[in-house]
Amino acid sequence: MRELRIHGRGGQGSVTAAELIAVAAFEGGVFAQAFPAFGVERRGAPVQAFVRFDDKKIRKRSQVYEPDYIIVQDSTLIKDVNVFQGVRKGGIVIVNTEKKPDYKVPEGVKLITIDATSIALKVLGLPITNTTLMGAFAAASGEIKFSALENALKHRFRGELADKNIAAAKQAFDTVKGVV
Amino acid sequence: MMEITEGSHAIAKIVARCRPQVVSAYPITPQTHIVEALADYVADCKLDADYITVENEMSALSACIGASAAGSRVYSATTSQGLALMFEACFNAAGMRLPIIMSIANRALGAPLSIWNDQQDSISLRDSGWLQFYAEDNQEATDMHIIAYKVAEDHSVLLPVFVCFDGFILSHTYEPVDMLPQEDVDKYLPKFTPYEKLDAEDPISFGMYATPEYYHEFRYEIDRAAKRAADVYRAAAKDFAGMFGRDYSGLIEEYRMEDAETAIVAMGSICGTIKDAIDEMRDAGKKVGLVRIRVFRPFPDKEIAQALAKTKRVAVLDKNISLGSKGAVALEVKDAMYGKTIPVLNYILGLGGRDVRKRDIAAIVALAEKGEGDMFYGLRKEVL
Repeated sequence: MRELRIHGRGGQGSVTAAELIAVAAFEGGVFAQAFPAFGVERRGAPVQAFVRFDDKKIRKRSQVYEPDYIIVQDSTLIKDVNVFQGVRKGGIVIVNTEKKPDYKVPEGVKLITIDATSIALKVLGLPITNTTLMGAFAAASGEIKFSALENALKHRFRGELADKNIAAAKQAFDTVKGVV
Repeated sequence: MMEITEGSHAIAKIVARCRPQVVSAYPITPQTHIVEALADYVADCKLDADYITVENEMSALSACIGASAAGSRVYSATTSQGLALMFEACFNAAGMRLPIIMSIANRALGAPLSIWNDQQDSISLRDSGWLQFYAEDNQEATDMHIIAYKVAEDHSVLLPVFVCFDGFILSHTYEPVDMLPQEDVDKYLPKFTPYEKLDAEDPISFGMYATPEYYHEFRYEIDRAAKRAADVYRAAAKDFAGMFGRDYSGLIEEYRMEDAETAIVAMGSICGTIKDAIDEMRDAGKKVGLVRIRVFRPFPDKEIAQALAKTKRVAVLDKNISLGSKGAVALEVKDAMYGKTIPVLNYILGLGGRDVRKRDIAAIVALAEKGEGDMFYGLRKEVL
């Protein structure tokens, strides 16, 4: 079983990202489970969402404490929340930032930084980075195919909104593909 | 067809395929996405039902009672304080022998205010005459709604059912569910034929007063029907298994109990985590098994006593507490085990959304092996 933990702030679409990643993984024939860390939803408050992937039915229901993958939607969280806690050796951490990292991920863990906010602003016209980071996750992890992600986005969003989100995800996918 | 969707949405879809004629619910918190989705289906003419929006949960169940007494198949959903507000109407629904199905996305009761999961809400209505089914995952939660209608509407039962699944942990989780198509649900679940109904041409009364000469017997009849429901449930679930391959026909489910020395007894989604923990403990040579209670009302005391007969100790995990006493499940398991010398130890855990991990299950098994139990598990140090 592989596990993903997404860190974000209320309003950034972390829960939607988890759901759509699970939908895309399911299209690839994987048993996927997505759920949020249920909190008192407030805009800006730190939130978490989780995805599990396995070849067989997933029975485990606890939260994710030892993820294989971590997505950090907002790098300002790093000083407030121990976002890297429990990450497995050989794991991958994706951080949305335009800056050079002034933090360290645990040894044996791969750090990928991507300026998802700039991509989202340019393509969507909004600083909503969840779909962009889904593209980055697809490229970095190989857990989901881009075509499956595209289908999941088409299913969730309509018309031009779907196209824009797919374009943002694609740009991140290509950027990350270039570095892994 | 396998679909990946949120638990609440899977349940809404299947409930719609059960063709309820009246849905009534209070749409504001505490509520689930189920009734929101059903409202959409009705508005979009995908579900031919009257959708009655009301001012609170007490009214929601009261509307269901009226509609059911008039001969309709009815549905509602609630949780937590919403269910607490229905307390009075719950007893009336059972007393009038109305086969209402209600989804309970189990959540804690205040105060203090908690929006998170435990099973205190439905457990607190264990004496109301509603049958209570508990699902481990979203597949079982959706399938159980179909079976629940079949059991409730059987003329030898005629009692309402809570279909319980853990709030958030199942209701908000996306996972694959095999959704039975409309024609399969229709094949399994016939049209509702009321035993009696309100009819202006042929007037009768439901829920009239009963004097001391009769009340006692009414309660006896309700209890008898609840007990008869065990066989009706088994038969209905066997039919379901025969048609669709998923077998829920045991009132309990036994997992790796064959030579278990320590048996865990629990209900709901925690049992998935327990099964994973048991596999790890078995790999390490510990003989641990699980008895999962699927049907809490009627209570399967004989099945439980039989399943636990050869164990050395029993650890009952309760996501509820009868304050001043013990967990409700433990009390009934102790009763089922009366006269035997096997220790039954109770652990209260996971209240108000406290996460339960595999390592917690292993820790509880270690406590049980030392004979330490009848406790709140995992308390913060400052209260000790």
